[in-house]
Amino acid sequence: MTAPPSGQTTAPVVHLRDVTIDFPGVKALDNVELRLVPGEIHALMGENGAGKSTLIKALTGVYDIDAGSITVDGVEQRFTGPRQAQEAGISTVYQEVNLCPNLTVAENILLGREPRRFGRIDFRAMNRRAAELLGELDLTIDPASTLGSHPIALQQLVAIARATAVSARVLILDEPTSSLDADEVAELFRVMRRLRDAGTAILFVSHFLDQVYAISDRMTVLRNGRRVGEYPTAELDRVALIAAMLGHEVEVLDEIADTVAASSTAQAQIVLGAHDIGRAPAVTPMDVDIHRGEVVGLAGLLGSGRTELARLLFGADRPTSGQLTVDGEPAALRSPRAAIAHGIAFSSEDRKGEGIIGDLTIRDNLVLALQARRGFARPLARRVTDELVDRYMEALDIRPRDPWLPVKNLSGGNQQKVLLARWLITEPRLFILDEPTRGIDVGAKAQIQKLVAGLAADGMGVLFISAELDEVARISDRILVLRDGRQVAEVGSDCSVADLTTLIAGEGAA
Amino acid sequence: MIKKLTASPLLWPALALVALLVVNVVLTPSFLSIRVQDGHLFGSLIDILRNGAPTMLVALGMTLVIASRGIDLSVGAVVAVSGALACAHVAAAADPASVGTVLTAMAIALGVAVALGLWNGTLVSVFGVQPIIATLVLMTAGRGIALLITDGQIVTTASAPFKVLGAGYAAGLPVAILVSLSVFALVGLLVRRTALGMLLESVGINPEASRLAGVRHRSIVFAVYVFSALCAGIAGLMIASNISAADANNAGLWIEMDAILAVVIGGTSLLGGRFSLTGTILGALIIQTLTTTVYTAGITPETTLVFKALVVIAVCLLQAPKFRALLTRRRSRTRPGSGPSGSEKAAQPSEPSGGVSATAMATK
Repeated sequence: MTAPPSGQTTAPVVHLRDVTIDFPGVKALDNVELRLVPGEIHALMGENGAGKSTLIKALTGVYDIDAGSITVDGVEQRFTGPRQAQEAGISTVYQEVNLCPNLTVAENILLGREPRRFGRIDFRAMNRRAAELLGELDLTIDPASTLGSHPIALQQLVAIARATAVSARVLILDEPTSSLDADEVAELFRVMRRLRDAGTAILFVSHFLDQVYAISDRMTVLRNGRRVGEYPTAELDRVALIAAMLGHEVEVLDEIADTVAASSTAQAQIVLGAHDIGRAPAVTPMDVDIHRGEVVGLAGLLGSGRTELARLLFGADRPTSGQLTVDGEPAALRSPRAAIAHGIAFSSEDRKGEGIIGDLTIRDNLVLALQARRGFARPLARRVTDELVDRYMEALDIRPRDPWLPVKNLSGGNQQKVLLARWLITEPRLFILDEPTRGIDVGAKAQIQKLVAGLAADGMGVLFISAELDEVARISDRILVLRDGRQVAEVGSDCSVADLTTLIAGEGAA
Repeated sequence: MIKKLTASPLLWPALALVALLVVNVVLTPSFLSIRVQDGHLFGSLIDILRNGAPTMLVALGMTLVIASRGIDLSVGAVVAVSGALACAHVAAAADPASVGTVLTAMAIALGVAVALGLWNGTLVSVFGVQPIIATLVLMTAGRGIALLITDGQIVTTASAPFKVLGAGYAAGLPVAILVSLSVFALVGLLVRRTALGMLLESVGINPEASRLAGVRHRSIVFAVYVFSALCAGIAGLMIASNISAADANNAGLWIEMDAILAVVIGGTSLLGGRFSLTGTILGALIIQTLTTTVYTAGITPETTLVFKALVVIAVCLLQAPKFRALLTRRRSRTRPGSGPSGSEKAAQPSEPSGGVSATAMATK
């Protein structure tokens, strides 16, 4: 299954025409066109709920389309399942790593295509083949090791190795860089360019504009389930791209700077104080103070201890050293319940695994934390719930505005807003936000940043974690820099992204 | 309205139950008739309810356990232990016919049942043992305990008050039915009028997210195992009371399977999460009606199990989203208007989104 050696580089290998998909009450895709050309990296851009995920699911056979056509190599296809899409040469790496952590790396890469001998799986051949495939990506992972023993970033690369294992002619990468650090992104891009030069058509979805401009040749922009247009990347500058994605909402980005400036208040009471807090081996004992009305940013690479520290402060993990004080009083936060009782809220970076309760409605998800704090015997009155749900769905602009939908049906950004609202309903005094804007689009990101700034202005303490330094720099009053589980610096809000980068990298500091 | 009805997950079990009843009426025209004798109601329907009462109770406890993402295989053993303890106490008492003796016997039996539930709950929620393994321990050991209590004999009792729970009547209806339905009603009120149901579903769907949201996940999981054992204990008393004897070998044998089946037929997923108590009642009734049908239809004992299996497969298939999607997809494929360039109107026929939602469900 190699790409036909051809001069027909302009003929698309995949062509979606007038594709429409209806969901109950929503038109997820409306007459959308998409062309993927061999030897090109094509970026798919759009806000949350613009239809990116739906389009990918149509292309990979997960969803059946209601109207329109999908042609692969000029042949019209009707995918009734992911398998047919794969057989047509379309491979996908999804946003959240969809592999089996309990199987070995080799088994994951070749799952469903295991080399067989006399009807049994030939494990030696499998490991050899997997090692070859990993070698092509310059990855030195033991194919016989268990996938779950590797960090998420490596698992992602294994997922890409799995996708390349089928010699796909079309490779779809859905937010592949969300969990990768800069080196790994560079590595991924090298691999992507190699695949592109070999004639693979790549569809790349990412909310990192830098990356999109660095790697893509062409882009298709979606908004509200419709296609805004298709542009060569070189001819569409950032402002024009954001305008195409957001329509009229661009000005939101500018407003944040003002709100942040307003929230930078003088020293106030310490909401949460941590002295020598640590958990071996991920977090070396350190001090952290968070004041009322203050946004404290945590900057650091993946694995620097930023998430681990947040979990300690919320009682999600037990510290091995140190004491915590809440409002100056010693407090043992032995469990999330205890932390919640002290008015602390925590939104995890792992939205699907540690955030939403997928099968429950938006409504139930919104009141879960408050209800859990009240205990089962004191249910919220229906009227009170209705009021809370209405108010917060409106305030955070959660769409679609139907509280009875299962929350798993929402786009990532809207799920994130549901989680934020779940905690805001408990009226916390300290809000720990771990990567609240990961994997969501510019518009929702701006909304969330604005919300955080506004909360701090109203007196809430916020601990804000993000892999995006410009976001941390923009929103924080004070930034703690972590490296290898240590707190290496504390800087003010005037610190530039370049300085932060230097601190994180440790150049000149060591 | 009709669409809402057909979308209800309870539709298929309800239809299956009706179909079974119709089959019975065809086989035995007098099937639905209920007569009054000595102020008590008699008839096949009453028999089904009474004989199904223990399974219904066990299935109720099982529903909550399954909703929490667990399973309780030990209920059959708890049934045997409970019945054995009660009968042994009554048989050994100086005055077996006194109400006090019987109440003491029942209290002992239920107390031990709760203790067994505490054991299961501790293993699962405190030590994190996988539910199927944790309860397998008691499934095996429990029957052994019951045999020890009865010395391997069938312990018979001759106590009128003891017979009331399983064979007695109150207000014209068998006491067993009244007990089972009351427990159902109480639990229904408890889980839906308080937030317990929502919190339980939350724990079953995503335990870690629930913990981080401050839900007392351990207490909830612990409680459902205790409650399941209590239900099994009451069911054990009913069975022993009905026959005035404790048969440690056969009391409650395979009742865990019937209970799990009732839960699944009732539409509660074995993956945990959302549950339906009404569905479980329907499921338990279907299983009991099936057993009765087998007798009235004169199906030979050799083929009984096969017959049961066929009906169960049919009901489960009709409920499976993928199977239903296959049916709907076949219909939507042949629907008119799938012309060349699907205009917007063609994409929204009078049955909007039926095909899409079904296929979307199937792929989740």
